[in-house]
Amino acid sequence: MSRADHSTTTTTTTTTVTTTTTTTSAAAVRRPNPLWALGLLRSELVTTVRRWRTLALLGVLAAVPVLVGVAVRIETRGGGQVGGGGGEGPAFIAQITNNGLFLVFTALAATLPFFLPMAVGVVAGDAIAGEAGAGTLRYLLVAPAGRARLLFTKYATVLAFCLLATLVVAVSALAVGALLFPFGELTTISGTRIGLGEGLARALLIALVVAASLVGVAALGLFVSTLTNSGIAAMATTVGLLITVQIVDQIPQLHAVQPYLFSHYWLSFADLMRDPVYWDDLLRDLGLQALYAAVFGSAAWARFTAKDITA
Amino acid sequence: MAPYESDDAVGAAHEEAARDGAPGSGRRRAARYAVPVAVVGVAAATIGLVPALADSGDPDLPKITAQQLVEKMAKSDVQRLSGTVKITTDLGLPDLGGLEDGLLSGADHGGSGDGSSADPRSRLTELASGMHTLRVAADGPDRQKVSLLERGAEYSLIHDGKDVWGYDSKSNEVYHSTAAGTGAERRAEPPATPKDFADEALKAVDDTTSVTVDGTAQVAGRDAYKLLIRPRQSGTTVGAISIAVDAKTWMPLKFTLTPRSGGAAVVDAGFTQVSFARPAASTFDFTPPKGAKVTEEKDTAARTPAPKHGEDLAGGLGGLDVLGKGWTSVATVDTGAKGGLPTGSQGGDLGGFLGSLGDPVSGKFGKGTVFSTRLVNALITDDGKVYAGLVTKETLVKAADAGK
Repeated sequence: MSRADHSTTTTTTTTTVTTTTTTTSAAAVRRPNPLWALGLLRSELVTTVRRWRTLALLGVLAAVPVLVGVAVRIETRGGGQVGGGGGEGPAFIAQITNNGLFLVFTALAATLPFFLPMAVGVVAGDAIAGEAGAGTLRYLLVAPAGRARLLFTKYATVLAFCLLATLVVAVSALAVGALLFPFGELTTISGTRIGLGEGLARALLIALVVAASLVGVAALGLFVSTLTNSGIAAMATTVGLLITVQIVDQIPQLHAVQPYLFSHYWLSFADLMRDPVYWDDLLRDLGLQALYAAVFGSAAWARFTAKDITA
Repeated sequence: MAPYESDDAVGAAHEEAARDGAPGSGRRRAARYAVPVAVVGVAAATIGLVPALADSGDPDLPKITAQQLVEKMAKSDVQRLSGTVKITTDLGLPDLGGLEDGLLSGADHGGSGDGSSADPRSRLTELASGMHTLRVAADGPDRQKVSLLERGAEYSLIHDGKDVWGYDSKSNEVYHSTAAGTGAERRAEPPATPKDFADEALKAVDDTTSVTVDGTAQVAGRDAYKLLIRPRQSGTTVGAISIAVDAKTWMPLKFTLTPRSGGAAVVDAGFTQVSFARPAASTFDFTPPKGAKVTEEKDTAARTPAPKHGEDLAGGLGGLDVLGKGWTSVATVDTGAKGGLPTGSQGGDLGGFLGSLGDPVSGKFGKGTVFSTRLVNALITDDGKVYAGLVTKETLVKAADAGK
């Protein structure tokens, strides 16, 4: 009992001392220029996008719509129905033949369950652990940015990659769809017709929602990345968690936890193609992503700002 | 500057270094994890508490008798509305997965179905089990639309003037028929909106039923009276029917049927969002999209109403003999098939399989098998008679004995 008391007293004293030290030193160091973070972000972005690994990932993502488009084109050459008309395959695949714009939605529906989050997991897992593994993390910390700011910049870079990856899929699908299929007025899945302009606007909105749906997995990857010094381990863990969550989401007996899985409402982006738009699940999806970003973002912050940087 | 020194030279890194050097810094580190924990806690509290807080209690409405409420409901004439309906059906059927769908749609097509996935008869039977979200819109008697929302797809049934369109976006198939009468087409479908259910329930109101006003409630953001319908007779499986009636338009907003055996509601259909403004004209405007497979209904006159399933309430089983009255009425039909179970064309395996799902019973009528759900019970005797109703097993046996 007395031992415990003693240790508490010691801690309190130490804390006071530490706080004093911190205040003094913080006053001594000059305030970093706020624009400096933008410079850091820019250099991070350029570094990430220039990596061969990132380019390969984006190449695979761009190839998916080409593959789907060509396959549907070949199968429906004789005026047939996709998949025998039974409604199998990714969402929207049956509508591609009536409007090429639907290839954008099909491609996003096909890549969202796995390809897109995997690519994001690789980039997010690499963010901190990759630097630590390569021994460059402490050099990054030499710059007067502070750990929280570095972490924030890393997360912003991963989010920018989420948007970039989604847009790569969407733009590639749009190009393939315009080349292989008719374009023009389109029928929403509710059976009403909308003009091409509104269709394109909805496609852009869907791409943004898909990018936003990856925010949660990006935060999770970043947190995993702060736990280890091995980039490969962080990437593998993130992708492994992604697969686990996808499997759990498929097991009917686990329906109680499913609404809290980050992937549960991913396909709700299809609700944007209803007329009128059905917002319930979309808002749940965005709320869930914000929650994951807050929880794992702050966990990553707690870990990274208290971590010993040894490499 | 050497890297080892640089860490200490700046901002946050310096703080960390200072802390790391001090004993007891583990506490400070651990304290940071309170942030994500707090975020989780706040989120959990929000998810748990907000629905409870948002429930602002029952609205204060002037008193009304059950008689007045039923009359107002009958006079209610809502022509225009649009909204979202959540419907949950739990008949307690064994979960047969795809087999169940096959049996239901097989029965609907009478064995000669065209197999179009856009055919309303094959689609609305899906409502007989599970949880579904529907969107409904209506603008006068000539234009209605019901959409069944699915994951990444939607099935819409659109009635616009003389045309009835079914559109299945999943398979991009279209079903088209020209309805001779207006509105009649949609009425031939199984009930889906709270109003459809309420109409069925009110048909059953007579001296065997007690009808009371059971306070008020808020449904889809609107003030509503709750009408409670209870069977007076024993021997029925129906426990109570609760209908929430909008206090302004007198339209039913929510319908709940609870079985006498207790537990979750068998049918729970209610608006989660409703508007009485005129829906956009484009809602009912349908043109088959390019490349869609269109199935035309050839002979509208020959169309029979879709067989109704368990949610059909007390009567309405046309073409059958009905024994008894009120809630304990039992529908009976003589299939003439010896052996009791529908074997024959469907194959002996299916007969045996169905037999394994029922309970054998015997009485003065002979021997038979009872198939039970939480609401509907059916007795198939060995000499080929079928007795079915919203009644208990004992009532069925009694009816069979009396009918002998």
